[in-house]
Amino acid sequence: MEKQKKPVTKDIKHEYSIKGMDFVAAGEASSNIKHTLQLIGFAPAVIRRAAIAAYEAEMNIVIHAWEGVLITSISPERIEIIAADTGPGIPDIDQAMKEGYSTAPDHIREMGFGAGMGLPNIRNVSDEFTLDSSLGRGTTLTVVIYPTA
Amino acid sequence: MNLRELSKLLDSKIHCCEESLENEISYVCAGDLMSDILMFSEPNALLVTGLVNIQVIRTAEMLDIAAVIFIRGKNPTDEMLDLSRIKSIPLLTTDHTFYLTCGLLYEAGLKNVPMKTAKNEIKY
Ligand SMILES: Nc1ncnc2c1ncn2[C@@H]1O[C@H](COP(=O)(O)OP(=O)(O)OP(=O)(O)O)[C@@H](O)[C@H]1O
Ligand SMILES: [Mg+2]
Repeated sequence: MEKQKKPVTKDIKHEYSIKGMDFVAAGEASSNIKHTLQLIGFAPAVIRRAAIAAYEAEMNIVIHAWEGVLITSISPERIEIIAADTGPGIPDIDQAMKEGYSTAPDHIREMGFGAGMGLPNIRNVSDEFTLDSSLGRGTTLTVVIYPTA
Repeated sequence: MNLRELSKLLDSKIHCCEESLENEISYVCAGDLMSDILMFSEPNALLVTGLVNIQVIRTAEMLDIAAVIFIRGKNPTDEMLDLSRIKSIPLLTTDHTFYLTCGLLYEAGLKNVPMKTAKNEIKY
């Protein structure tokens, strides 16, 4: 009997938990994601796109939600980043996607966030972008980058 | 221009990663809000900022920023220096104001980081 072969390309999956308002750890998950992509050997420009998306999504969970996860699923042909949180949700997604729209209070702006550019930046670096939100429950953002595109 | 020349131009102090002084700087991006910076994605870029916290280093890391310069003599914290050393990102400070710093860099021929618009056209 022929031994069953393992598939040659298997997605590498990782999950990182993110805590709201934890500005000390903020960015560590994205840093780890970037490191993984470097180890796999993607082109630097592709890695920067994924790192921008991961970091903006991570900071949005830290700043706007209560807690969440970044889940990455990586193969040579496809980089997927899911940012899912429990939090207040986004009442109007079209408005949230507008460049410059932000509900971040002054103390967040003093820390360097609240330009209202995070979601537009994520959309600009991604090949597929899906944002779902449910008021009072949470938000899920899915980003896909095709390294060869 | 390399980092050594740039540091002379701005009378700046280099706080870490002196081994990178020969690194070439081709572009500049500047701002105090990190998402205004996170739209640029080119290597060999200098980040000029008045914001001093650990997220500046994280932002620089994500973008492969070649060096960060803090304006008006604002010094990086030990925590920032530790992370910068790990990520090999040189940190500099200058006593100049934000405007003068950017003006001197522009006068020296350094341009804005080229940026892609939503339509994928290059914009400077
Ligand atoms: N995960 C989230 N949960 C709840 N609200 C969110 C979430 N992500 C974004 N938002 C809402 O959408 C707005 C726009 O988000 P965006 O990331 O574009 O800007 P910002 O986070 O306010 O500022 P910046 O990203 O420029 O630092 C936020 O101000 C917030 O109201
Ligand atoms: Mg944001």
